[in-house]
Amino acid sequence: MTASDPVLRVRDLKVHFPITSGILARRQVGTVKAVDGVSFTVNRGETLGLVGESGCGKSTTGLAVLRMLDITSGTVEFEGEDITGYDRGRMRPIRRRMQMVYQDPYGSLNPRMKVADIVGEPLVVHGLATDRDKYRARVADLLRMVGLLPDMAERYPHEFSGGQRQRIGIARALALDATLLICDEPVSALDVSIQAQVVNLFMELQERLGLTYIFIAHDLSVVRHISDRIAVMYLGRIVEIATRDQLYKDPLHPYTKALLAAVPIADPELEAARGQQIISGEIPSALRPPPGCRFHTRCPVAMAVCKSIDPPMRDMPDGRAVACHLHGG
Amino acid sequence: MTQPLLSVRNLSTRFRTERGTVRAVDDVSFDVAAGETLAIVGESGSGKSVTALSILRLIPDPPGRIEAGEIVFDGKDLLKLDDAGIRAIRGDRIAMIFQEPMSSLNPALTVGMQVGEPINLHRRSPWAFALDKATELLGKVRIPDGRSRLNSYPHQYSGGMRQRVMIAMALACQPQLIIADEPTTALDVTVQAQILALLKELTREANSAMILITHDLGVVARYADRVAVMYGGRIVETAPARPLYKTPRHPYTRGLMESVPRLDGDTERPLVPIDGQPPDLATLPPGCAFAPRCKMAVDRCRVERPPLVETMPNHHSACFFHDRV
Repeated sequence: MTASDPVLRVRDLKVHFPITSGILARRQVGTVKAVDGVSFTVNRGETLGLVGESGCGKSTTGLAVLRMLDITSGTVEFEGEDITGYDRGRMRPIRRRMQMVYQDPYGSLNPRMKVADIVGEPLVVHGLATDRDKYRARVADLLRMVGLLPDMAERYPHEFSGGQRQRIGIARALALDATLLICDEPVSALDVSIQAQVVNLFMELQERLGLTYIFIAHDLSVVRHISDRIAVMYLGRIVEIATRDQLYKDPLHPYTKALLAAVPIADPELEAARGQQIISGEIPSALRPPPGCRFHTRCPVAMAVCKSIDPPMRDMPDGRAVACHLHGG
Repeated sequence: MTQPLLSVRNLSTRFRTERGTVRAVDDVSFDVAAGETLAIVGESGSGKSVTALSILRLIPDPPGRIEAGEIVFDGKDLLKLDDAGIRAIRGDRIAMIFQEPMSSLNPALTVGMQVGEPINLHRRSPWAFALDKATELLGKVRIPDGRSRLNSYPHQYSGGMRQRVMIAMALACQPQLIIADEPTTALDVTVQAQILALLKELTREANSAMILITHDLGVVARYADRVAVMYGGRIVETAPARPLYKTPRHPYTRGLMESVPRLDGDTERPLVPIDGQPPDLATLPPGCAFAPRCKMAVDRCRVERPPLVETMPNHHSACFFHDRV
């Protein structure tokens, strides 16, 4: 992994959704700050895990990077090109290199299309399907690449299991020359015995094709297995971003600590010995985030300053960054 | 040994579907002792939820039907009770907590009405008393300001709070057994930890037994005393939690443990997936349901059903090669 070769650079990204009211004269009555000042870099060939609980803004961040949502402010730079202000037409060539893998292997495939057409559609859309034989050969290659048989191309999605459908979704994402895949909860809808198959496929493809991933998930064990670095999000902000070993062995932010403590480990003896530090409360509404540090309402070590002053993201000597008054005030 | 609180014997539940009769639960037997937590683990289609619903006779008929077996609870066979008899048990002696609190709560009734209903119904207490009791129950499940929140509706609660309401309802009549079917699957991990810890604490306090249905091996490790692993409608392994994790005696159990990444696992070691996919209950093979995915399977496994046998004290496995797993 070369730290000097960023594929994606996101700076102070904000995605706000207006809340409107009224029938004739719609007026804005509030703002949901789904993503509220997020910065990170993803280097070529690495996997950045994006974790957090529902409503933290991890999926919105993914969609905004792909420019599938309007960006309120901030910049998104892809392979050195600032794409923040790009319209549909200018995004089109970018999308060949930046693709999405969705969570729901049932909802994200058109049930009336054959697998060949689903996987080949990006080629058609981008005008790359001029030669029929080449097109067929490419689809067969893609299916083989994700561990499916080329003769499955003539079947419909309902003939496949959840794990196989997710493979179809991955093949579609790879149909063009994607370098960056944004994977939004790609294994969480799958049965546990199937998840490992798909996780391993992601890792093999990364090695073989030199892919870069943003892996969005709530399952901290899966994220740990697949990621090189991890960003932990809470209420629209990144609270800690660190390498895998730093984050899991020595978490700094109290929220990261709480998240890790909440995950049960499949070992009854270890669980019995593990002290359970369970934090109280639930994520507050993104419509009215708490003042100061957004986590202070649930933080077991909150201080007076946390209630009024929003801690900025600070770089630590070991290379990670944390937004907490306990660290580097 | 004392009489178990619940004793399920040779339970079979089938469903009629367009593709023929499906045996969702096939000859399942297990016991639950007073005060213990039994986890039933399995993937979708393993029969774990149908087992739970069968205990309370909540299988919709048609298309479903409990075909055979006994479900002896506190000395009575629940399958022999008439409708009034089983209604008197549900929500009183045995309570159920479902996965989806939003669809299991009535959106048109206040939380107070719903938490108070079992007390009003089973204890024939007047509503004023039932609502007092409901306030107390909301306090128990740590919903602050219970009295005023009695008049709220479920949609005014968050997902975690709704699941607390479900627990309050389940605890209302101090049941001897609580069946919790994936109670935290829809919740975030910090809320899951809160809810499960609360459930464990309150069941321990009331000395209620619990059947915890889940697919999460971590949750099982943290909360269960004993475990039954289901696959293809059958129990394939059952044991106290520690020996089950330490020395699994069924290839499916072992396979699950090796395929799931752990928070403390070795990240350099690739995950070992179980090949293939969970079985289709309509077309189960004649032998062991796991045989098509099993690395140890031999010809015998494909034609003959391995029975559940005791491989170590209190540790049962349905594998011909249980001593070699």
